[in-house]
Amino acid sequence: MATVTPHAAPVYPYRRSADQDGGVARRKVVVVGAGPVGLTAALGLSRHGIPAVVIDDDDTVSVGSRAICYAKRTLEIWDRLGTASPLMAKGVTWNIGKVFFGRDPVFAFDLLPERGHQFPAFINLQQYYLEEALVDAAARSAGVELRWRNRLTGIAPARDGARLTIDTPEGPYELDADWVIACDGARSATRRLLGLDFKGKVFEDRFLIADVKMRAAFPSERWFWFEPPFHDGGSALLHKQADDVWRIDLQLGWDADPELEKKPERVVPRLRAMLGPDARFDLEWVSVYTFQCRRLDRFRHGRVIFAGDAAHQVSPFGARGANSGVQDVDNLTWKLAMVSAGTAPDTLLDSYDSERVEAADENILNSTRATDFITPKGAASRLFRDATLALARSAPFARRLVNSGRLSVPAVHRGSPLSTPDRDAFGPSPAPGTVAADAPVVRDGAAGWLLSALGGQFVALIFADGPVTGAAAAALRSLAHAPAPVRVVFVAPRSVVAPDGAALCIDADGLAAQRYDARPGTVYLVRPDQIVAARWRSFDIAAVVAALARAAGR
Amino acid sequence: MTAKLRSDPAFADPDAFYQLLIEAHDGLNEQQSAMVNAKLILIFANHIGDLDVIREALAAAKAGV
Repeated sequence: MATVTPHAAPVYPYRRSADQDGGVARRKVVVVGAGPVGLTAALGLSRHGIPAVVIDDDDTVSVGSRAICYAKRTLEIWDRLGTASPLMAKGVTWNIGKVFFGRDPVFAFDLLPERGHQFPAFINLQQYYLEEALVDAAARSAGVELRWRNRLTGIAPARDGARLTIDTPEGPYELDADWVIACDGARSATRRLLGLDFKGKVFEDRFLIADVKMRAAFPSERWFWFEPPFHDGGSALLHKQADDVWRIDLQLGWDADPELEKKPERVVPRLRAMLGPDARFDLEWVSVYTFQCRRLDRFRHGRVIFAGDAAHQVSPFGARGANSGVQDVDNLTWKLAMVSAGTAPDTLLDSYDSERVEAADENILNSTRATDFITPKGAASRLFRDATLALARSAPFARRLVNSGRLSVPAVHRGSPLSTPDRDAFGPSPAPGTVAADAPVVRDGAAGWLLSALGGQFVALIFADGPVTGAAAAALRSLAHAPAPVRVVFVAPRSVVAPDGAALCIDADGLAAQRYDARPGTVYLVRPDQIVAARWRSFDIAAVVAALARAAGR
Repeated sequence: MTAKLRSDPAFADPDAFYQLLIEAHDGLNEQQSAMVNAKLILIFANHIGDLDVIREALAAAKAGV
């Protein structure tokens, strides 16, 4: 059993495009990279009616499980883009993380301690399955064209777009794009071709990463060990994935030889020490990684916009890579749609830069802190780490200091230029700049979810306890004809008469009202990426229109 | 910024405190002493809780080092 048998991956054949037939064709958006982020960008653009060409230098999905943990917010985005169900069906749901020190459990955390959410804190799914599902969804989406074995070799930015040089098995061609979204990963060709700095910190540590196929009785939880008895001196991480594939990460230290450590004859004894002498397992993928925390200074370079690992890179502890990339493009696509349709000024896209740089900095901060705990930099930091772990056995305060990765939650854009600051008082609830909260609701007689009811456009979310009529109803109807159309969604404890065209969500359990700290009359203005833009205790059409203009960058 | 860190004498019996501190390390080797000190810092820091105080204390401790 000294071989590695990879997952059988689909092949997406190269097809010649008419754009290669001479002349230089012009496309509205070219997405570089058909990974999770690029595919999500294309799906998002399609929902906003913007066609996209996605180019990728390969003709298949990712090798190995790579980004395995997808967070609640990311699942909500994919649900809106119509592709969450196959992921939920295939993925392994989990909410609980456990931390061990030596043999002993020292600390457990529940990432979703309350009921009444459509999605769990996380699912685990091999990246290759995720990409397959996203490619399938892209193939069904209007306006999305995937071009495999199309490798970006040149980019010449211009005022109104960029001219791309793309190499294919039949030779190169040129293509003009109004907009380019670079989602081509940590080794982004777009970034390299533009000569952009990618500054940050490299951590001097190496981790062995293995996808192990076996039948095992570990629960669907994230287990992290500091100094486990089975792996001398290092940390270990165990995650359950689909199809009885388990993901194991073992810390090797900086001096480890990556080529040597990848050899099955080195890997198997390490896994046997962890899984027991009688464990039967096969290797599906083995790699050795080091990591960086770094980002571009700016994510927007005129008509070329960076997202995901091409824009920022974090350590894997915290599952903040793919999740933040998906949240990047969810922030971007509605803005790009409005700007390219002329319903918002070009500067709206600058808010993509400021909001997602803010998110990247938050992710880098969390990821750097986790890494400093997992990989102490020197004798003193090692001593405090070990002292913290020793105290954690008995002292609750020390458990809070143990950092095996702070897992991905969406960033809060406190100072966003698109937000209207509160003038009314609210208790704990999503403030402007925060992702809207989900809650179970009944719509058209069927159980559903509030975030699904919000959808992907501007929404005025109005909490009511009686019929909305007269001037208020007329004002609400006028919102549907604003430059950025606003859908009206009512939330009420029981059925009320809503104005024509408004959706009604019945909040039978009162969870929506509770999570939004809402009283009858409370209004939330929610952006197309489901981030709260403004909120009030009472409906005032002038305030809503002003907040809407601000949220659309005007 | 006004100082939050207390630096006026606070011990009713300073010599007794000092004796406790020294005796806690009796019979420990260098490594064990270092571990006790590290745990002690974490326990005190949690007891204080206020990051402003801790920041001032760290600066005071680093002065001249």
